[in-house]
Amino acid sequence: MLSVTPNTAGVVTLPKGLVGAGFAPVADESRAINGTVGDITAVDPRMTARNVNVYYGDKLAINDVSLDIGKNEVIAMIGPSGCGKSTFLRCLNRMNDTIDICRVEGEIKLDEQNIYDSSLDVVPLRAQVGMVFQKPNPFPKSIYDNVAYGPRIHGLTSSKSELDDIVEESLLKAGLWDEVKDRLAETGTGLSGGQQQRLCIARTIAVAPEVILMDEPCSALDPIATARVEELIDELREQFTIAIVTHSMQQAARVSQRTAYFHLGQLVEVGKTDDIFTNPRHGLTEDYITGRFG
Amino acid sequence: MSKSEQQQARTIDRVNTTLAQRYGRERRFRRFGFFAVVLGLAFVGVMFLSIIGKGYSAFQQTRILLDIEFTESVIDPSGERDPAVLSSANYSALIKNSLRALYPEVKDRKEKRELYGIVSNGAALILRAKVMADPTLLGSQAQLWLPADDDIDMLVKGYIDRTVVQSERRVKDNVIAWIEKLESEQKIGKFFNTTFLTGGDSREPELAGIGGAVMGSLYTLIVTLLLSFPIGVAAAVYLEEFAPRNRWTDLVEVNINNLAAVPSIVFGLLGLAVFINFFGLPRSAPLVGGMVLTLMTLPTIIIASRAALKAVPPSIREAALGVGASKMQTVFHHVLPLSMPGMLTGTIIGMAQALGETAPLLMIGMVAFIVDIPGSAMDPATVLPVQIFLWADSPERAFLEKTSAAIMVLLGFLIVMNVLAVILRKRFERRW
Ligand SMILES: Nc1ncnc2c1ncn2[C@@H]1O[C@H](COP(=O)(O)OP(=O)(O)OP(=O)(O)O)[C@@H](O)[C@H]1O
Ligand SMILES: [Mg+2]
Repeated sequence: MLSVTPNTAGVVTLPKGLVGAGFAPVADESRAINGTVGDITAVDPRMTARNVNVYYGDKLAINDVSLDIGKNEVIAMIGPSGCGKSTFLRCLNRMNDTIDICRVEGEIKLDEQNIYDSSLDVVPLRAQVGMVFQKPNPFPKSIYDNVAYGPRIHGLTSSKSELDDIVEESLLKAGLWDEVKDRLAETGTGLSGGQQQRLCIARTIAVAPEVILMDEPCSALDPIATARVEELIDELREQFTIAIVTHSMQQAARVSQRTAYFHLGQLVEVGKTDDIFTNPRHGLTEDYITGRFG
Repeated sequence: MSKSEQQQARTIDRVNTTLAQRYGRERRFRRFGFFAVVLGLAFVGVMFLSIIGKGYSAFQQTRILLDIEFTESVIDPSGERDPAVLSSANYSALIKNSLRALYPEVKDRKEKRELYGIVSNGAALILRAKVMADPTLLGSQAQLWLPADDDIDMLVKGYIDRTVVQSERRVKDNVIAWIEKLESEQKIGKFFNTTFLTGGDSREPELAGIGGAVMGSLYTLIVTLLLSFPIGVAAAVYLEEFAPRNRWTDLVEVNINNLAAVPSIVFGLLGLAVFINFFGLPRSAPLVGGMVLTLMTLPTIIIASRAALKAVPPSIREAALGVGASKMQTVFHHVLPLSMPGMLTGTIIGMAQALGETAPLLMIGMVAFIVDIPGSAMDPATVLPVQIFLWADSPERAFLEKTSAAIMVLLGFLIVMNVLAVILRKRFERRW
């Protein structure tokens, strides 16, 4: 099952075609990847991924990852750049369908329904599993229309005032309301980078998805806006399931209950956030969180 | 001095030594670009000057002031005012009477014929139209400015040299004497030429107008636009957004690119074989012309539209799909509006090509001599470039200025289209 095998000298041999940032294998048996360390299951799973492989063309980007995402929990995904965090996250709402060369193997279930089933409709799936992207991507339309777009196409509101309420509430939650309430008709692309990202967060939560995937939502935000988004994540956890990719260990520690550490397309370790940060069991995880790597 | 400071000094020195060279290159390139622009503008300027210089006089028409007596016995001897009689009456007799009264000294038969020739054949038609519109004119007398013959027109406009020997001149001495008499009495003058703008083609240069060709071009372009824009955009959207990437779509893509390079006359042959011979559509009709030009402009529009679609950042598509928009909604709500300016540019380029196209239209009979102004896309018609081609081929001196003037009208058409394109682009353009 595992394609990374330690040889006698303890040097990791990388499987052919595995993509990722160049790194020097550490000659240490504790750094060999022998399946995922820790408990991949959640108490009350919302989404379950089993033996997922993702290929870009014939490059393997995600190698045999199994992971549960539990109800009312925030799971943080950390790992060095290029290790496949975004790729895995995008599998969860089939965003990878848009990439021609991308191929997903394995099984991912949302509430017992295999989302890669050929009969499954991606439109309701994406209404249920929303996503905030790594790069802010507001529509070149007004701020109001950006937020109102999802509720409009799904027919979530029956009147203009209801829609207004959703827009206001979503912008409030995303911590953007005060800055834009007087210029809702201005174009969303005219906002600053951080404001754009919060607009995208508002756009996602306006649809009220049950699972929210966030790909480094705070990478363009200042500490105040970051704190606001983290607060939001905490609030949303009560109703929703959240998977967040982040490069900030502090953020992972602050907002998540479980943490998954990815390395070169493999899931190295997963467990309670407290345990991962205080007592990592795998050598690579330890290297990463102590700053010896990445 | 530490090692790194030394290093830094060296970098600065190196930068300085190459700096002059770099700026020199930049200056040369800028000068070259400026020169290219000036050269281009100069060519355009020379072209415009020569065309306008030759063509402007076509917008003027020489007319002669004649005393016309609407003699009832000539036009309507029975006095019943029957429209059929009125319309077929001999109106040129009125003009001949008037001319004879003006030059009583002309007695000789041959000379009389020359005298009658100084007024255009179209003058009789003008009189007829007047009488048909208002039969009470009969029996009255009026002073009317009637168009002169094209040779007289050329003479008055100064294109015929009055000093060369008679045998090398289109207008004979006696005629010049008559015209000079008219000039001295101020009974001949130049007026704005409405006939040229509103009339159809004619064998008589002074009666020939560009109106028929303008209408023909207009109908042809409307048909082309109505067919090629929706088909082109739909094809581009399908190929770019929906079609699977496989051997078949690759083949289609290669073929579309090849079609763009096919000589346009081939499309004319195709139109002749398919639309006219097989489907039995009328010859010389703007409908068929528009269909043929659609074939020709489609590749241009499809290629430009696909490029415009490709230029829409994928992140916009992901954003829409991410909130649960369907493929169709993503394309129609976000991608298409963003690519519209590019698509419109492509369409305008295609339409400009279509406007200037001659060869394929020759194949489907739009080169015929057509006097009537087309009233619909099914009527026989010709188009501006074909009209230019026809006039350029005519031997009469007066058609030379018509040709240039027709080119001016064609260029005016193009300018209007481009302005329209700019306005449309501005309307659709969005910042992101
Ligand atoms: N569209 C694509 N086509 C081909 N390869 C891709 C594509 N997207 C990602 N990859 C490859 O897949 C691997 C994982 O990429 P991914 O974007 O998931 O990394 P990441 O963990 O999100 O990194 P980062 O933290 O820098 O965002 C990388 O090696 C990358 O080169
Ligand atoms: Mg990423």
